Amino acid sequence: MILTKKDVPNFLDSLKNNYQVFAPVKQDHYTEFKEIENGADAVLDYSNTKTPPKKILFPQSEKLYCYKVEENGVQMEEKADEQQKVIFGIRPCDAKSFTILDKVFDNNKYQDPYYLNRRKNTILVGIGCNAPESTCFCTSLGGGPFDTTGLDLLLVDIGDCYLVEVISEKGKNMLTSCKEAGEEDKKKASQVKENATLTTSINIEGIKEKLDNNFYNEIWDYISEKCIGCGSCTFSCPTCHCFDIVDETADSGGCRIRNWDSCMFPLFTLHGSGHNPRPSNKERFRNRIMHKFNYFVETNDITACVGCGRCIKNCPVNMDIREILEEIQGLEARSVS
Amino acid sequence: MNNPYLPIPMKLIKNFRETDDKLVNSFTLEFINEEDKKNFTYTPGQFAELSVFGKGESPFGIASSPTEPGILKFSVAKVGKVTTSLHLTEEGTTLGVRGPLGNSFPIEKLKGKNIVLISGGFAFTTLRSLATYILNENNRGDFGNLTIIYGARTPGLLLYKEELAEWDKRSDIDLHKTIDKPAEGWDGKVGFVPQVTEEVAPSPENTYAIVCGPPIMIKFTMPALEKLGFKSDQIIMSLENRMKCGIGMCGRCNVGSKYVCKDGPVFTRAQLLEMPNEY
Repeated sequence: MILTKKDVPNFLDSLKNNYQVFAPVKQDHYTEFKEIENGADAVLDYSNTKTPPKKILFPQSEKLYCYKVEENGVQMEEKADEQQKVIFGIRPCDAKSFTILDKVFDNNKYQDPYYLNRRKNTILVGIGCNAPESTCFCTSLGGGPFDTTGLDLLLVDIGDCYLVEVISEKGKNMLTSCKEAGEEDKKKASQVKENATLTTSINIEGIKEKLDNNFYNEIWDYISEKCIGCGSCTFSCPTCHCFDIVDETADSGGCRIRNWDSCMFPLFTLHGSGHNPRPSNKERFRNRIMHKFNYFVETNDITACVGCGRCIKNCPVNMDIREILEEIQGLEARSVS
Repeated sequence: MNNPYLPIPMKLIKNFRETDDKLVNSFTLEFINEEDKKNFTYTPGQFAELSVFGKGESPFGIASSPTEPGILKFSVAKVGKVTTSLHLTEEGTTLGVRGPLGNSFPIEKLKGKNIVLISGGFAFTTLRSLATYILNENNRGDFGNLTIIYGARTPGLLLYKEELAEWDKRSDIDLHKTIDKPAEGWDGKVGFVPQVTEEVAPSPENTYAIVCGPPIMIKFTMPALEKLGFKSDQIIMSLENRMKCGIGMCGRCNVGSKYVCKDGPVFTRAQLLEMPNEY
């Protein structure tokens, strides 16, 4: 299928009749996913958004339910979001991150209705990356600039128009008025894909086992020295899912609210007794790496990193997860135990 | 979809001070809805999230036993915002309960075995649940000897004093209460839990030891049990870590790849030895 660039605003406007439409929108010097008011607000020639679109399905702050305490009981009102949504112009790495978050919010025992309802009602229209950034390393994690994991449609920018690859039935049903792609278009698309190369690649093969064997290695003492524990990496990560639940009240009523939290913060694990199982940046940093490249693999058989590079770009002290992983890969030779 | 974040309403019918340092109270809650009462089925060792509406919710081991129908009991130390407001909550107030959560003591595995419960301070809660379960007339025959070693710094810091006195009278429990230093009128042992464990010297033969206590007690009780011949898969423990969701999603209570809330809180020592030392 073919979608010409000048038709995109109209296409998005027509989607707005049936869906909440989210797309990358220009902010000062960066782009962010926002619900758009006009189709023309969407910018598709962006590198990647500053924060991932996970906030659409798992908001930074959301009401789980509100309550009113009464004489003999309590009235509770669940806050369900049933709106149909389209995330338009999502990068393949971010689309893949949803398939990882799915495993978090639908684990072997419990289902999170807030995330899963939104997920079920959301269509993902991806846009391939003709020019990956220097911080991108998706291919090292089994993804790629035109990977279709998690997507319903994938747009490939071939100049004046997008070649639309149909991935799912849901996606196909959205494209009622598009014309078929010609041979020429297809050729252009494969040319574009060939030219999209990443500058960095790291070998993560066997890293789970390396981490298994080196939990107590001295590497963790120095590898985290630079980290100031600000949590930027976790807040900008498309697969980080840690949260806190708090009450906000007025009079006899209140709401229970879920907010993003971060494993990089000391209070995250602090016991009531004062004991903290992860008392310093060393343990917290180690847990973050272990969680993504070892624990999550152990539990869900997939690495909880998609190589989007946001943690590299947003780190105020220039920590680079690729260097950390390379350092760990080199452990075998260095390991004392 | 069933919403695991929604608590059921329960009425606080008893707010009782347990310890003379005024820091631990026990709370007895009654189900408000018949349906909740029917659906809330639990096993000793499980926990629940207790809500004080307007303040928040925190996880606590269930101290009552399924053999005490219609109520739930929690013993809570006053340490933070939720626990402090819980201590100040008047009887008759509606609270919220979310659960039961977590795994439990492996009741089926424990059947036919001798049971040794070892505990210190206010960690005795879920062991009280298990002891009460075992001592129920319908269950007592399913288990072998029941030995309880329970210590606190002073007599006033022991939980469930009246119940302990009742148990002391029974011939089907071998109860050893201990305190750190001699005190006037004290009829039990004097000494730390690990040392009393060695003195009592329960046989590891066909036995499970279930140990709940502060880290320092655990640290010294493990070698004592090993010396007596207990293997690491005969020692069962219950972990505590800071929790929020209780359903394995919010990310804070993990020890290695295991979430204490969802995969625990009950682990054998053999399992714990395989996990990173981060609890």
